[in-house]
Amino acid sequence: MTTTVTRARPASGPGGELSEVTRSDAALRTFLHGLPGVDAVGVEARAAMLGTRSIKTTAKAFAIDLAIRMVDLTTLEGADTHGKVRALCAKAQRPDAASVTGDTPCPPVAAVCVYPSMVATAVEELRGSGIHVASVATAFPSGQAPLPVKIADTEAAVADGADEIDMVINRGAFLAGRYLEVFEEIVAVKQACGSAHLKVILETGELGTYDNVRRASWIGMLAGGDFIKTSTGKVQPAATPPVTLVMLEAVRDLADATGHLIGVKPAGGIRTSKDAIKYLVMVNETCGERWLDPDLFRFGASTLLNDLLMQRQKLATGRYAGPDYVTLD
Amino acid sequence: MPLFDYAPAPESRAIVDIRASYGLFINGEFVEPGGDAGRFKTINPASEEVLAEIAEAGPSDVDRAVAAARHAYETVWGRMPGAARAKYLFRIARIIQERARELAVLESIDNGKPIRESRDVDIPLVAAHFFYYAGWADKLGHAGFGEKPRPIGVAGQVIPWNFPLLMLAWKIAPALACGNTVVLKPAETTPLSALAFAEICRQAELPPGVVNIITGAGGTGKALVEHPGVDKVAFTGSTEVGRAIAKSVAGSAKRVTLELGGKAANIVFDDAPIDQAVEGIVNGIFFNQGHVCCAGSRLLVQESIADHLLDSLKRRMARLRVGDPLDKNTDIGAINSAAQLARIRELSQVGAEEGAEAWSPPCELPSRGFWFAPTIFTGVSQAHRIAREEIFGPVLSVLTFRTPAEAVEKANNTPYGLSAGVWTEKGSRILAIADKLRAGVVWANTFNKFDPASPFGGYKESGYGREGGRHGLEAYLAH
Repeated sequence: MTTTVTRARPASGPGGELSEVTRSDAALRTFLHGLPGVDAVGVEARAAMLGTRSIKTTAKAFAIDLAIRMVDLTTLEGADTHGKVRALCAKAQRPDAASVTGDTPCPPVAAVCVYPSMVATAVEELRGSGIHVASVATAFPSGQAPLPVKIADTEAAVADGADEIDMVINRGAFLAGRYLEVFEEIVAVKQACGSAHLKVILETGELGTYDNVRRASWIGMLAGGDFIKTSTGKVQPAATPPVTLVMLEAVRDLADATGHLIGVKPAGGIRTSKDAIKYLVMVNETCGERWLDPDLFRFGASTLLNDLLMQRQKLATGRYAGPDYVTLD
Repeated sequence: MPLFDYAPAPESRAIVDIRASYGLFINGEFVEPGGDAGRFKTINPASEEVLAEIAEAGPSDVDRAVAAARHAYETVWGRMPGAARAKYLFRIARIIQERARELAVLESIDNGKPIRESRDVDIPLVAAHFFYYAGWADKLGHAGFGEKPRPIGVAGQVIPWNFPLLMLAWKIAPALACGNTVVLKPAETTPLSALAFAEICRQAELPPGVVNIITGAGGTGKALVEHPGVDKVAFTGSTEVGRAIAKSVAGSAKRVTLELGGKAANIVFDDAPIDQAVEGIVNGIFFNQGHVCCAGSRLLVQESIADHLLDSLKRRMARLRVGDPLDKNTDIGAINSAAQLARIRELSQVGAEEGAEAWSPPCELPSRGFWFAPTIFTGVSQAHRIAREEIFGPVLSVLTFRTPAEAVEKANNTPYGLSAGVWTEKGSRILAIADKLRAGVVWANTFNKFDPASPFGGYKESGYGREGGRHGLEAYLAH
């Protein structure tokens, strides 16, 4: 690989405190393989059990509004146009046109997530709204590009005003056991981000085992990621409850060890309020209520928002409104 | 108040219809007890509300029930082809599935266990047991007990209060599949689901006398197991009562199976999947309020990870939701009876006096009913009573070990031998340790998992005989 990036170290964060474990390929491997294993049957059973929690009335209303505030409203299509992105930004600010005012106005979403070429448009539309502009970068979704291209991709998105970058890890290097290479790429992208927040997409659907999900989570956290994110949405399976549970355990364990708080973002496949609430229960009972905050938990989703809005209307009026009563984008 | 405060989510009681009083189910009919009988009340342990008056069967009622079972055995059930018996068992299994929600609510009301467990564990397993043994009824010649194994006759069965309907299924399903008839006595604190099962037998048009349910306390149970018309005794309950039963039937022709107490070791090695081990520890001791004979009541943790594991366990325990058994979000329900609560309190008191350190998460217990906060004792040694005696409540004794050999030695250093758990990511270690543990069931990287195809039973003072699986047929076949 012809990279001109120098071997970078995270300037701060857990990678600083745990810098010993990333000083060499051998040290990092030893650390990652020394993490407790994940029993697949057990973690799936736990995630399923948490999915049986019954969230009703006031708890449901709280969860739905929280979930709306956690949505990274996403469009990542080859067919995206500036017009489409402008429409999405309007929706992000006023998800429910019927409930902008009143006693319980519908909150805006957390961020709009687009391709780098659409960042400038989104930034312009969302200026002053408090809604973040997230851009995928680093040759999303495959990540199969030389590092300098990934860096340039990132820098372009940041230069256009993205304040959150969703990068993909180098799964090829990870599966080949070149953990330090994965780590150093993330460190380099983090540097290119400047002050923008970095979400590290593990693409768990390609990692194969929960043990790998835990190891990749730690690489992402040690390298300075502000969030770890399950999926691009372009690979199946995308986010699943047990995968997200393993990642939540990782951020919880890091917080216990160093005090650093890292966010988690399941993305792809979460389409219903019921599913979103199951994730919030999992966050609540795994990491605690500190993580019930858009700064530390997000949903990467496109269709989820409308289901949340329909459930919100149902709670407010006692009736189910049809899909014609929420806007398409 | 917590940020994400789960609103109450009670399961409706409207689905169950509890009568003010119940008779005995003998020869396919609910009948009033004879003159020598009394009545007692069954209560909801979560509220102390009286649920119903229950008949206490006396010796004459036991006579009637055994005679009905004998008649049904000799005239109908014992000579019925296996395929025909299977038809009835499949029918019962399907009715249980159809009435699952009702049975789950009834079980939670009478027993105090959380609806999540009665709904997701007890009742599905009850149906699965009947389906499983229905499948065996016409294949007994292939079970490995001879070409034409015969039924034994009339089985007298006495079951405990911790899994009322599930223990009934464990007893009745294999007995009926093999061609025996039964007289079953449920525990005095939890008779309602067995009486609902009597209605299910009628609904399934099971021939009269094949299943007889007589209610009562210890005296009724004693009269049943000592009755000369009983050919086979099956008991699940305390070691003390089991010992008395073994003595009383000694010298008679009766066959006996006993499933008694336990003090299972749950062994966590330093290479265990820690997060799942914590779940397994919680499930091992707090499932069903610890009212589980195979509960993982002794945690043996490798010293090198003990502090870390206990921190994780405490954090997890702080998330346990104790309260209304009918709330769908409840993890730990009510202790089944005042007597059991007194026993748990007494042994916990002893644990503290003997120098072990108790810890419970902050949790508010309801003012009425019988409640005990989930508790762990650290600093426990093998010499402590709480490491040796069955508490049968949500109380975990934590011990440490240094080497695999020490773990095995401590795990086996008990008069019991019902179950054990091993937690390690190393497959060869699972096999090596399981081979050395003197316990009827050894779970690897899980705990308290049940399946009708898997035999269950104990070593030493945990009893003899096996229930479940092909092995479970043996207790009900003459061969």
